[in-house]
Amino acid sequence: MKKAPAKTILDGKGVERVLSRLTHEILEKNKGAGEIVLVGIASGGIPLSRVIRRKILSIEGVEVPAGFVDITLYRDDLSKAGYQTRLKRTEIPFSIDERKVILVDDVLYTGRTIRAAMDALMDFGRPRNIQLAVLIDRGHRELPIRADYVGRNVPTSRGETVEVRVEGEPDEWSVVLTGAPAGKGE
Amino acid sequence: MEWRRRHVLGLSDFRPEEIEFVVDTARSMEEVLTRDIKKVPALRGKTVVNLFFEASTRTRTSFEMAGKRLSADVVNFSSSTSSITKGETLLDTARNIEAMTPNILVIRHYASGAPHFLSRHLSCSIVNAGDGANEHPSQGLLDLYTILKAKGKVAGLKIAIVGDILHSRVVRSDLHSLGRMGARLWLCGPETLLPREMARTGATLTSDIREAVRDADAIIMLRIQLERQKTSFFPSIREYCRRYGLNRALFSLAKDDAVIMHPGPINRGVELSDDLADCDQSRILDQVASGVAVRMALLYLLAGGSHAAH
Repeated sequence: MKKAPAKTILDGKGVERVLSRLTHEILEKNKGAGEIVLVGIASGGIPLSRVIRRKILSIEGVEVPAGFVDITLYRDDLSKAGYQTRLKRTEIPFSIDERKVILVDDVLYTGRTIRAAMDALMDFGRPRNIQLAVLIDRGHRELPIRADYVGRNVPTSRGETVEVRVEGEPDEWSVVLTGAPAGKGE
Repeated sequence: MEWRRRHVLGLSDFRPEEIEFVVDTARSMEEVLTRDIKKVPALRGKTVVNLFFEASTRTRTSFEMAGKRLSADVVNFSSSTSSITKGETLLDTARNIEAMTPNILVIRHYASGAPHFLSRHLSCSIVNAGDGANEHPSQGLLDLYTILKAKGKVAGLKIAIVGDILHSRVVRSDLHSLGRMGARLWLCGPETLLPREMARTGATLTSDIREAVRDADAIIMLRIQLERQKTSFFPSIREYCRRYGLNRALFSLAKDDAVIMHPGPINRGVELSDDLADCDQSRILDQVASGVAVRMALLYLLAGGSHAAH
């Protein structure tokens, strides 16, 4: 099937700058890193939360607790697929009670993943509040959910795919929009 | 890999990557069990029926708890309290239960092949929780899981299984789970309880327990099934205990860090001495804890597509 050419939205430097701004916004809104904990959503949010943690350390000199959560067991479409995929790990080795939880994900789309992640967090304790940081908001929400910190708003069609890569060296990072199969676009 | 299997009837046709998939899923389930709230909504709205035609506390409770931790509704049927005692056939009983639309039927039956038979006639997923002397797949998987947890691997390890090999469905499942992952298996028991054809699986057979436990990394002691001993396979319990019971002196032949396992319930002082059952190297209670995680993994994997599939 023919696909429209891929379009680079952010290169390594771009991702780096956007995450720097996000980190500053998080610190500004919360008046420092004092009560913050970071929870990345597996898999895409994990490397992003690592970068944000590193940036908080260099700005504030504080090592904030960081964990990650797999939302598979909280999905609302478990039996729709007809098969089961591999579970990912959940690791929140600290109490989230009375903390400000920054949930981190790469792409905000329907909002269903975030709903599931919030349900999962509630099973770990009672946070003071939950805030959402995403690198890309691509629209098409199906639930009343919005992000507190958005790296970049990217208008997309449903057939397109946003590929975020934040592994390895910063100059290898990228955000790429791949097109819908030709003739199937909206 | 994606999980598409609809039933877990036995491990004989499990590919190594499927076994590894279950183990990996069980690891995630074990994390759920460490949380304050030990429950996830994955199987909300699904129904798991435990249909047990043989006495069992541990396995039934384990499946029940696994289902409940995943938010499934769990219903228990046991032969002593149901109309099975009134002469209903297995298929009629199962069809009646199926009419209540469960998603997963967990069955234990004294006849080998009963779960396979039901899987051909019912549309829900079937999990074999022990069929006669054939297989006990969830036990085989939890034994593997327990050894992996204790040792970090099974490939190349010497694992001795001692006791009534002939009547043991645990052995038949362990042969697949541990054997397929590369363990060196030694089966040991009195000649009368040691079927020669088991050598075809690649396991080493011996009637000398010292040979079996020497340098072993793990020793699985089987329960002498007193209720299955109607014809005598050995002269007396006392003689069995003397020749095949595991005690300190025998255990000292195994590797220093060897672990002791037992599918339970233990006949204390028969196959396993009191002090060994409770010693630091005993993983018997770990097996029970792992059992819930492994059964959660199986229920979760089967609940995925069974209904969407038809």
